[in-house]
Amino acid sequence: MSSSIAQTPVCSHPQIWAALEALTDPEIPVVTLRELGILREVRDGVGGLEVVITPTYSGCPAMGQIEDDVRDTLAAHGIDARVVTQLAPAWSTDWMSDVAKDKLRAYGIAPPQCGSATGGRDASSVVRFSARAATPEVVPCPQCGSQNTTETSHFGSTACKALYRCLDCMEPFDYFKPY
Amino acid sequence: MQTTEPSAAPDRAKQASVPSGGSASHAVGSVGAPIDYLLQLADNALILGQRNAEWCGHGPILEEDLALANNSLDLIGQARLLYQHAAQLIGNGATEDSLAYFRDVPDFRNYTLLELPHSSPLAATASGDRDYATTIVRNFLYSALMALMWERLQDSADRQLAAIAAKSLKEVRYHLRHSRDWLVRFGDGTDASHARAQAALDHLMPYTQEFWTDSAAEISASSSGAGLAPRELQADWNTLVDSALGEATLKRPTDQGYVSRGKQGVHSEHLGFVLAEMQSLARAHPQAAW
Repeated sequence: MSSSIAQTPVCSHPQIWAALEALTDPEIPVVTLRELGILREVRDGVGGLEVVITPTYSGCPAMGQIEDDVRDTLAAHGIDARVVTQLAPAWSTDWMSDVAKDKLRAYGIAPPQCGSATGGRDASSVVRFSARAATPEVVPCPQCGSQNTTETSHFGSTACKALYRCLDCMEPFDYFKPY
Repeated sequence: MQTTEPSAAPDRAKQASVPSGGSASHAVGSVGAPIDYLLQLADNALILGQRNAEWCGHGPILEEDLALANNSLDLIGQARLLYQHAAQLIGNGATEDSLAYFRDVPDFRNYTLLELPHSSPLAATASGDRDYATTIVRNFLYSALMALMWERLQDSADRQLAAIAAKSLKEVRYHLRHSRDWLVRFGDGTDASHARAQAALDHLMPYTQEFWTDSAAEISASSSGAGLAPRELQADWNTLVDSALGEATLKRPTDQGYVSRGKQGVHSEHLGFVLAEMQSLARAHPQAAW
């Protein structure tokens, strides 16, 4: 996993990073663009300073807003830099920092996990509208921490999330899908 | 492209925030894929995205309504990246919007499979009720192909196409998982769901023959290393499809009959209606910004 790429961005222009540190994801306002790995780099381009951002999902509708936010913040700080959207390397939830994962959990969204699923639970009495994968992924409930949860749908309120519910506290919750 | 997407506004276009490939990468050593090859990939994503979006607000259950809307969002996002790339190579003032909204039926390069309505072949008319089995079978057949194709295109000599492939691969794997799961559920479900899934498969499978014919763009893309010859994926696709159909207890129809030629620009009567709905706003207000 290449998590080190995002967690230690090249801090060649600390004042710009500091200015942009206040910017959060428009749909998940508790995590910053840097923590999510969307804000990639500040570099000296051919035509001047460039701030590099990368989309999460190809069709993420928040990207337009994110780009505007970055541009407005730069302008507000009197920083003359261009915003560049870059696709490669492709964004991955592996880039998300541990701090960001804790914030997501506290916000009620289960953070992405790469760990393999362990079987042994029986949710067969529950009507499930989605996957009957052989080894469903165990996603702990962000509310009560129970591992007795079930997927309601692969696809949720935004492109990056799936719908889950907890079979102990019975609360529904979002799961930030590994990507 | 999407009417709700602010990035089409002129003031933003001027900011020239064009997605580029890897930091070291773009241009140097990159081979531009043939325009028609990029348009074929883009049109496939756009037309299926537009079709699947027809379920928005009409899904059989809320979760599936969300799933199809998400699927469309991914596909239209992929289409935008591909159109932006193609527009850059075309130059001459071409934009993602001009490619999506101001080309006509014979200019579109999508597979005929993707423009067909969602109605079951059992329905009396093409405008009959949407049939979710038809939607699922089509998404499965296409996602199985694209999961293989995007994986290979990550190594494209066109660096920007390779970057788009790496993103799209992650998305199509979710689409494949979703459609495969429902395919098995329908096929290995009740008598009624099995019959509808089998009817949809019998109806749609002949259109997949088009996957394996060569278009001029594919031959040229394959020889430059920017793309693939379709047949390279055929054996793996068959394996993916047969394993799912086996699990779904569905019978694969034999390949026969008319081989559609959507990627050559020869389309069914259905594409015109899709474009009319999708393009009318942009054509009525060509200067509109949103």
